[in-house]
Amino acid sequence: MTAAAPGSPGDDTWVVVPLYQEATAVGDVVRELRRTFPQVVCVDDGSTDGSAEQARRAGARVVRHCINLGQGAALQTGFDFALRDASARFVVTFDADGQHRVEDAVAMVQRLRDGEADVVFGSRFLDGRTEVPRLRRVVLRSAVHYTNLTTGVRLTDAHNGLRALSRRAVGSLRITHHRMAHASEIVSLVGRSGLPWVEQPVEIRYTDYSRAKGQSLLNSVNILVETILG
Amino acid sequence: MLLIQGVLVVALLVVGAVLVRSTSDVRHQAVRRILLVLLGVLAVTSVLVPGAVTWVAEKVGVGRGTDLVLYGLVVAFLGFIASSYRRTRVLESKVAELTRRLALDEEARERGVDGPGNAGRPGA
Repeated sequence: MTAAAPGSPGDDTWVVVPLYQEATAVGDVVRELRRTFPQVVCVDDGSTDGSAEQARRAGARVVRHCINLGQGAALQTGFDFALRDASARFVVTFDADGQHRVEDAVAMVQRLRDGEADVVFGSRFLDGRTEVPRLRRVVLRSAVHYTNLTTGVRLTDAHNGLRALSRRAVGSLRITHHRMAHASEIVSLVGRSGLPWVEQPVEIRYTDYSRAKGQSLLNSVNILVETILG
Repeated sequence: MLLIQGVLVVALLVVGAVLVRSTSDVRHQAVRRILLVLLGVLAVTSVLVPGAVTWVAEKVGVGRGTDLVLYGLVVAFLGFIASSYRRTRVLESKVAELTRRLALDEEARERGVDGPGNAGRPGA
């Protein structure tokens, strides 16, 4: 592989898309990603709605969990997949429901490429682009507060699915929270590892679709319990 | 504070700490077995000497033997919940590892069968 041109994500980046019951959205998400990132892997977490087929048809590589494990487990599988590729230098995590923007991911990989950090966290609170629904804002803010208190990493947004990581970072993280508490877990693992990290302002597109599919706020109770009990 | 209150609070904290925090699996199992033996001894004693439970209850300030047994049961039950939570977590990790390995190997095999993979073929 030739070295990627400056500013182009090139062939040294894998985009990991955890996938569960997103058959209507994942096709477009993968197609849009592949215009910029040729290497997209969807980790299908036991979907029963044909999500895997849609992703495959859109040109993604698909790794299938035969049973549903949870998003954290799917991310870790995607990380392992990317690490099997010796030429992979960067990994982007990207949600399957179309709430993230590819341009944001490109900018994040560029910051890794520039050697600015090993981990770039996306944050929807760094600029005014994202309109966060009020109740969701309260819950997300509390989550950030808690994560900051317990991990020693001071972030503005703890539960954003858009991240970019260097190979070194991917290799040193091991996600053990299989369900949703993995977001705080990744933050705390990064904090403990001493890997340099930065935040990148990103826009979340709250469409009716992603709102309907998004996590129920009640699930934050589960996340809290899982985080505390370890 | 009554003696029993102190005893129960301490017992609850110990159960929580021992069972939720990481102890090695072997130690964890040993503790569970010791507790089980103790429970057996207590059960037999209370059957052979029915007055003993009430006597102990009065000493620690509970009054009735049945209440003491009930409190013991509550502590034991919480211990059981904590212990099974931990064991489930361990089991989940194993299932996840297994599923992950299966998923990755399956994908690599499909690639192999489908003909030449793309340039960045992992596992190649």
